[in-house]
Order: sequence, then structure tokens, then C-alpha cells
Amino acid sequence: MPQSVPQPSVEEIAALIDSQIALEGPLLPILHAIQSACGYVPQMAVPMIADALNITAAEVHGVMSFYHDFREVPAGRHVVRICRAEACQAMGGTALAEATLARLGLEWHGTTANGVVTIEPVYCLGLCACAPAAMVDDRVVGRVDAARMDAILTEAGA
Amino acid sequence: MKDFIIPWDDDRDMGTPAKQGKPVTLSIDGFEVTVPEGTSVMRAAAEAGMQIPKLCATDSLDAFGSCRLCVVEIEGRRGTPASCTTPVHPGMVVHTQSEKVRRIRKGVMELYISDHPLDCLTCAANGDCELQDMAGAVGLRDVRYEAPENAPLANHFEARNTSGATNPQWLPKDDSNPYFTYDPSKCIVCSRCVRACEEVQGTFALTIQGRGFDSRVSPGMAADDFLSSDCVSCGACVQACPTATLQEKSVIELGTPDRSVVTTCAYCGVGCSFKAEMQGDELVRMVPYKHGKANRGHSCVKGRFAYGYAHHKDRILHPMIRERIDQPWREVSWDEALSFAADRMRGLQETYGRRSIGVITSSRCTNEETYLVQKLARAVFRNNNTDTCARVCHSPTGYGLGQTFGTSAGTQDFDSVEKTDVVIVIGANPTDAHPVFASRLKKRLRQGARLIVIDPRRIDLVKSAHVEAAHHLALRPGTNVAVITALAHVVVTEGLMDEDYIRTRCDWDEFQDYAAFVSDPRHSPEATEMLTGVPAGELRAAARLFATGGNGSIYYGLGVTEHSQGSTTVIAIANLAMLTGNVGREGVGVNPLRGQNNVQGSCDMGSFPHELPGYRHVKLPEVRAVFEDVWGVELDPEPGLRIPNMLDAAVEGTFRGLYCQGEDILQSDPDTKHVAAGLAAMDCVIVHDLFLNETANYAHVFLPGSTFLEKDGTFTNAERRINRVRRVMAPRNGHADWEVTQKLANAMGAGWHYSHPAQIMEEIAATTPSFAGVTYDLLDEKGSVQWPCDADHPDGTPLMHVDGFMRGKGRFIVTEYVATDEKTGPRFPLLLTTGRILSQYNVGAQTRRTENVVWHDQDVLEIHAHDAEVRGIKDGDWVRLASRCGETSLRAQVTDRVSTGVVYTTFHHPDTQANVITTDYSDWATNCPEYKVTAVQVSLSNGPTDWQEDYAAQAELSRRILPAAE
Repeated sequence: MPQSVPQPSVEEIAALIDSQIALEGPLLPILHAIQSACGYVPQMAVPMIADALNITAAEVHGVMSFYHDFREVPAGRHVVRICRAEACQAMGGTALAEATLARLGLEWHGTTANGVVTIEPVYCLGLCACAPAAMVDDRVVGRVDAARMDAILTEAGA
Repeated sequence: MKDFIIPWDDDRDMGTPAKQGKPVTLSIDGFEVTVPEGTSVMRAAAEAGMQIPKLCATDSLDAFGSCRLCVVEIEGRRGTPASCTTPVHPGMVVHTQSEKVRRIRKGVMELYISDHPLDCLTCAANGDCELQDMAGAVGLRDVRYEAPENAPLANHFEARNTSGATNPQWLPKDDSNPYFTYDPSKCIVCSRCVRACEEVQGTFALTIQGRGFDSRVSPGMAADDFLSSDCVSCGACVQACPTATLQEKSVIELGTPDRSVVTTCAYCGVGCSFKAEMQGDELVRMVPYKHGKANRGHSCVKGRFAYGYAHHKDRILHPMIRERIDQPWREVSWDEALSFAADRMRGLQETYGRRSIGVITSSRCTNEETYLVQKLARAVFRNNNTDTCARVCHSPTGYGLGQTFGTSAGTQDFDSVEKTDVVIVIGANPTDAHPVFASRLKKRLRQGARLIVIDPRRIDLVKSAHVEAAHHLALRPGTNVAVITALAHVVVTEGLMDEDYIRTRCDWDEFQDYAAFVSDPRHSPEATEMLTGVPAGELRAAARLFATGGNGSIYYGLGVTEHSQGSTTVIAIANLAMLTGNVGREGVGVNPLRGQNNVQGSCDMGSFPHELPGYRHVKLPEVRAVFEDVWGVELDPEPGLRIPNMLDAAVEGTFRGLYCQGEDILQSDPDTKHVAAGLAAMDCVIVHDLFLNETANYAHVFLPGSTFLEKDGTFTNAERRINRVRRVMAPRNGHADWEVTQKLANAMGAGWHYSHPAQIMEEIAATTPSFAGVTYDLLDEKGSVQWPCDADHPDGTPLMHVDGFMRGKGRFIVTEYVATDEKTGPRFPLLLTTGRILSQYNVGAQTRRTENVVWHDQDVLEIHAHDAEVRGIKDGDWVRLASRCGETSLRAQVTDRVSTGVVYTTFHHPDTQANVITTDYSDWATNCPEYKVTAVQVSLSNGPTDWQEDYAAQAELSRRILPAAE
């Protein structure tokens, strides 16, 4: 786990909640604001959000856990997502995924020991014509083979 | 769990809630069915006697449409809609059984079962499982989905997959709650528990975490279990669960029950109806009864689960006597105990006079038992020395509402809250003390009703999930009258009163006087702000909201009555309700939330020293004549002694003997040291109780009592509802309480021969006009009735004062604020106020002897961070709490729930004895003690005070029991 990400303070979280609370349906905007500022939504934010919206921590947890992209723990510096949907599987995505996990020595959602890469499955990037597809941070990559994945991981520093 | 025992024909699960609306006729499987508009197809079919298979639907919850088992075909519509979410339509033609829907249901069920263990024979819900029933109903014969060899599993119920690796989807059982378990491996994710927690209980402690195949029921947030979450253990989720996922531990241990009896909870004044589900004479579980009119199928942690005290090892089952209170107890036969008691009592009367002995009736016993105890005083002791614990709680309600409206009781039924628009909650904490009512109130608040809370403490209703009070008037303890009069001032001076209502329903001349009184500028919110601590603007806004917001109802508790001006506050509340035209229809009214299960009944039954049953004064010869005819004795026309007077007289030496049934006056009455001195001065104290309670430390005779499970009778709840209590097991002590009282009376020569409480009720009906129509047959037929029940109201009276007040014209009474004599000063700068907590009940005699102590194992002192800081007190420190009367010590909890200058504690634990602190100031009209205001000082301490240690030693000494002689 990367140790470098500091735990945000109560005041920082409160300010982020405040920045969104005037919106209609503010729960998702608050979660987004915290995640984009901190890289994840720390558990200590959950009761604070609940209190601000006058709902329970359980409800916040229910919403947050519904969306896979909200993180409870910080991710690595780069997030590599490999598509696991049908078209990519048909074009060798499964082998690519297995090879990548083996190379990094990780399970899905794992982060390399140096905190550089987090590897995640994703279900369809809409890039079926260029399968197998992957996504590196915000950038999608098509026709990923072992060499291209190796280049991606090397560039990331894994 | 589903109701698999059907002793009452109307107890089926209809699938979705009942609706009201104009009739709609449709055809289901060829049968014409007429149901109200808005009813679901599923419920319409159930009304016609056809059960459509279902899993995620139950009639306590709104339809959800997730399980897809209840699909039907409707002519002229495409596809197969879910019958639970499809409302009926005129002329609709529905087919609940066809080849197509049968195939769909079987396919859905096959998928459910593919992710469910097949350990039915050893499962706690065996025979009580809707999944099992539905698998049977859809004719599932085979499951084709099997885990491949040496591969990960796609299921949630096997801890290890076929190659022996752990299954990451498997979660262990959560048995953190003392009363039920959560076994995720059996969950079908129907969301019934989550919805029950939201819709029925209103706590929102559960959620579905994740999505798709990862969806799991989760209490609280990621790291929580049931105990650490917001769960209040009301049992609604357990009730809703169709499988063994949420299961009572008692059922896991004992197995499924085989019969059930409908009875009434013996905890608070809500009076919930329960089904006691039994195996022989063993109680397996208590399940809230769907047709109970007070609770409508809901419950709280006390009634649902906290019945274990009946079998606690502390319970005394044999009568005991002793010559002096410093001796150990000696177990004796019933005959010996009763003749010992009778001889002593008669002896005292011979030596010290007829009026030297008395009784205290119990608000926890049945109406019939209470009636007998006061009859014992009046017809056998031949005096009026009878009082009851209502003295220390709601006696001002009786007085105040009697004076203004003409009856000493609340005006509404609990269903009325569903029609209210603006609610004032004053001096009550329903989420802790009346949880089932609180759930119904919160449901209405979520629908949009507004709330005004008048309380020194920030109770949960002020702000908790999905509930927020529009106004919280955090007044200084003791200034209720000033605040309510100021509300009336705003209503009158701003012309917001309902003049038509006042002219037609109330005495106009008295209103003129009253209006002149409240209009005086000295009652304005601005003038009283300094005194009450309530900002004037906030108070004005609250008054305007209440006067103009639609149906306005007022619910109040002991924070109103337990003051030196308790009766005045009740009158002020009644004035405010009349002023705004809020008495006499649904959704409005003045509603005292009664503390104990039968405190209304014990007042009705003539427990007070000046009133015969039905609130009729003993001075009136025509009233005495009614009872003299039936009882065959001449009655004393002089009112007797109230509890505080009995204790004063005991200290003086003129009152020498007491029969105290089911009440622990030493712990519950104010100024413990004075109570102890009074009891110690008596020559014969007879305690009739389940346990050696604190009062029994000073008793000479102990008569073991019976629990509500062991006797027949009736309780009357806060809405005047007379509910049946039914015996489900034989009394472990040998006799029901009414039999014990009868034996004592007969030992004193009374010659009573009641053989069933129904005969006592006949006598009550014959002598008491408001009970004239009440019989056990009627109660069995109707389930319950609300008094008055007589020739004019044969089915009882849900709403009072509909066409006019009982006393004729409603009476406005001037409410001058007089500050209490209990004042803060340099030595005692803080005000102590007291209350209750959800998991404990009253003095805790019952709940302390159950697993409920998990939630509250000691009383703590809530203190504001500012007051704590200047005293150097940190959270969890031992502190000494001292008043002019006494001192005790307990742990502090630093909080902002109380304002600065106010501290708060509960009185559930005898080793704290909050009532050592409270003073003997009391209500001017009724002597109701001023528990809610005591000037105190708080300081750091090392541990229990000398008094606490002495008391504990004395209690231990006085509880010694000699082994029974062989």
C-alpha cells in the first residue's frame, strides 16, 4: 500500500462537503469532490457526510459502495484497467489479464509494492472494435498485446 | 419471519399494504374481485383467497418489485408484470397461473436456490421459511447450476470452493446483537430488512452494499456489525426476513413455536399487541401483532426481546417473612406469609387506628389487580389510603385535563398521528421512551409534517436521519409554563386563534379573561426570553407554525408533569390546543405519553386517595353508595394519604403498615433518604414483586409476583385503549397477582371469591360508567376498545370531545408562571434533569435482568463541554453529583446535547440512585415530584460515594435468605 497519501483532515473534508451541499442531490457531487481532492473517500468522511445530509452512515455506504470508482483506500499513482467484457475476452483479453497480473504479482484491485500501479478490471470501455482494450489513468489504449502492456507498465514505473 | 402459525384467520401476509380509495372491480383467474383503488394485483388476489408466489413483498412494506416471482399475465398488456407493483384497474383480467408464468417462476426460483444452502433440515427457519414455501409453491424439482471442479465458486454460501480455497464471497455470521443473528450465507437480497428499517422503524441503519452479485445487506458502514451500527434492535428486520438470514437466537436455540397467544406488552404506555409464540409453556419469541391497534405490527427492543427477566435467577418464587428488617429472610408457605401479614396489619389497626395502614397500587399490574388493591384499602382496611406510582408521573395530567376538558386522559388514538400536520413534542423523548409511537411519528414527519420540540436537551427527534425539527425551543428546565404561555401570547396577540371554534366549543367569558391575561406584554416571548433562554424570534415562528400549519397535535411526557408547576403546564397545553381549535378530530389533540404500561388504567381504577374508580370523589355520597351496595361495607368519606404523606406520617409514627404491589418506591420516588426513613419507621411493609427490589430492603413480608405472561387481565394504554393480557404459562410463583391480593384480603376476613379476572371486570363495569360496556367477550371480539365504552359508545371512543367537551364547554384557565423554589446558586450552579434511555425501562428491575444491558450498563451524566472544561472533567471520568438533598457518583459523558448550565442522567440503575439527588418539591395540585429540576454541583471524584457504599452494604445484608427449613 502506498504510504505517501496523507489522511485528509476533518476540516478539509468539511470544506469539501460544504462546497457541494447547496446542490440538489448533493451526495454524489460530495463523494466526487472528496475523491478528486484526496484520491479516495476515507471512511472517516462517511459519518461526516451522513451528518451533513441528515441521513445515516449506512445510506452513504450503500451509495458509495454501489459505484466501483469510489475508493475506500488510496490507489497507486497510476491505475491500469483491463477490459474484461465479452468482445475483449474473445480477442485474448483473458490471457492478457492473466499475464499482466502474473507479471505484477497482484490480484485484481492490487497495488504494486512501490505504490506506482493499481490494476483493476473494467467491464467494457466501448472500444470493442480495438479489442482487447485497456485504460491507463484517463487514457484508453486499443489492441493491447503483451508488448504494449509491458511498455505501459514500464513507462508507469512498475 | 413469516407467520406460519395461523391461529387467527386474518393473519395472512397480503403482500402489499392496504389502500383506501373508491372501489375497483377486476377479474382474477375468473373470479370477480372488488378492492379499493390503488391496491396491487397481488393484494387483490390475496383478498380473493389466492396467494401469488412472492419473496420480496410483505404487507408491512411498500411494493419493491425485485424478486420477479410474483409475475402474472394481464389480458391486453405485453409481458409479465410483477403483481406487487401493478395497481388494479377497472375491468382488468388477470391470470395468476399460466404455463408462461409458471416457467418464469420456476426459472427465477432455480436461480435463487442455486445460491442458497440446502441445509433446510438443520436450518433454524425450517418450517418457517418463505423461500422453502415458495420453492414448494412453484414446483422446483431440480437445480441445474453446479460449481465446476477445482474452480472458484459463484455463490455466497460455501466457505470453501471445490478445490479447498476460501470463497471470498462467503461472510461469517454476525451474532453481535444479543437477540438475533445475521447469517449472510442465507441471504437472498430481497431488501425486506433494509426497507423495514427505513419504512417501519425509520432508523435507516441497514443498506445494500455493492451491486449485482456483490450486493450484500450491510448494517451501518463498512466496518460496522449490527451492534456497532445505528441499529436499535426493534426486530422489524427480523420480522421481515423471509429466510433464516435474520433469525431470533431464541428460535435457533429452541426451535419453531407451535402455538401463539395474542397479549399486550408490559413495558411502556404505548401498549403494543404481541403474539407470544410458544412451545408448550415455553416462550419462544414475542412477535408484534399486525392487528394490534396501538402498534400496527411494530415493536421495540424491550417488548420484542426483553422478556428474559421472567426466568432470571433473581426472581423470587416463594413467600418470605421476617420479624425485623435487619434479619435475613425466611421462606415460608403462602398460608404462613399471608396470616403473618394479615395479623400484623390488623394488629396495627387495633393499636394505631383504622387509618394507620395503606396500599400502593401498581401501574404495571392489570386493571383488575389494581382494582382489587384499592378495594382492599377501601373495603377491608376501611380507609382511603391508596395511591399509585402515577402520583410521581402523570397525576398532573389527570388534574389538568380534567379541569379543562372534563376527562383525565389523552384525546386521541395513536392512528391520529397519521393525519397530523404540525406536532409539538414537549418534555418527552419518544424515540427512547415510547419507541413504537416515535416510529409512527417519524413516518408522518417523513411524509412532510412539521415538528416543534420543546425540551432542554437535544433529543433525537430534533435532528436524526430524515427527521429535523422545524423549531427546537431549548428552554431552561422549570420554565415550561412561561414558554407555553408565551406561545399563547403570540397566537392571541397576532390574532391567529380559531375564534369560531372558541365561540362554539368553549366558554367565551373565560376565554376573554384568559386572552386578557396572556396578551399582557409581560408574557411576550421578548419579555420571557431572559428567563426561559428561548430566543423570541424562534418562539414566535413556532407559535405561528402551530397556529397556521393545519392539524396541530401536542404530545407530551414527564418533562411536563414532573415539575412544581406540572398541573399548570398541562392546563397551558390544553389552553393552547383549544385556542388553535385543535381538539376533537383526527390529527390533533392533547396526548400524554404515559410512562408505564398501565398507568392510565391504575388511575382509572381509583388508585388515588380521593377518587373512586372512574375519577369520582370519595366525598360524594351517591358515588360511595354505588360501591357500598356492591361491596357490602360502609366507605370512609375522607380522602386518604398520598405517597409522600404516607411517608411523612410514617416518620411521625402515625402510619405503620403498607402493602406495596409492583412498585419500587425507594428507587423511583424522589429524595431516597426520606423514603428510606419512612419505610424503616413502619412496622409492616408488604412488598409484592417479582424481585427483591430496593423497597424490599425495608420489607417484613415478601409476596412473589407474577409476570404479564402468567396471568389474565387488561392493561389500559396512553390512548385509553383497554387491551387484553392473556396468560400463556402458569405462574412460576404459583399464583397470579390478583389471587395473591385476594388471599391477603381473605386472610383479613374479606371473604372475596373471584375465580377469574373477568369477574373483576364485571364488577368494574357495573360500578364505573366509563367502563360500563366493557366485557372480556367484547375485548375478544374487537381486539381492544377505548373508554368511554358504554351504551352511547358500545364500540368505545377513539376520539374524545368530538361534538363538544366532556365537561360541556371547554374551560380556559389562567396560567401564571411561578418559578420553582429549587434554584441554582453559587453552591449548586447547574440544573439536573432526568430521563430514560431506549434499552432500559423505568427503575430497570426488568430490563437490567435481560441482555439489554449490552446497550446501557450504567447511568451516565451528560454534561456540556463548557461546564465540563471549567471543572476539569473529561469524557468517562468519575464525577460526584451533589444537590441540597444528597450526593451520588457516576461517570460523565461530555456532549453538546444539553445546553450549558444543564446536566442530564437516567435513573435505571440502583447503584447510582439518581433520586438521592432529587428534592421533595412537588406539583402544587397533585404532589407530583419535581424530578426534572434539581440544582446540583458536579465535581471530579474517585469512585462511589460513602452513601452509595453504605447503601450497597445495607442492601446486601437485607437480601440474605435463610435456606428453607426441611
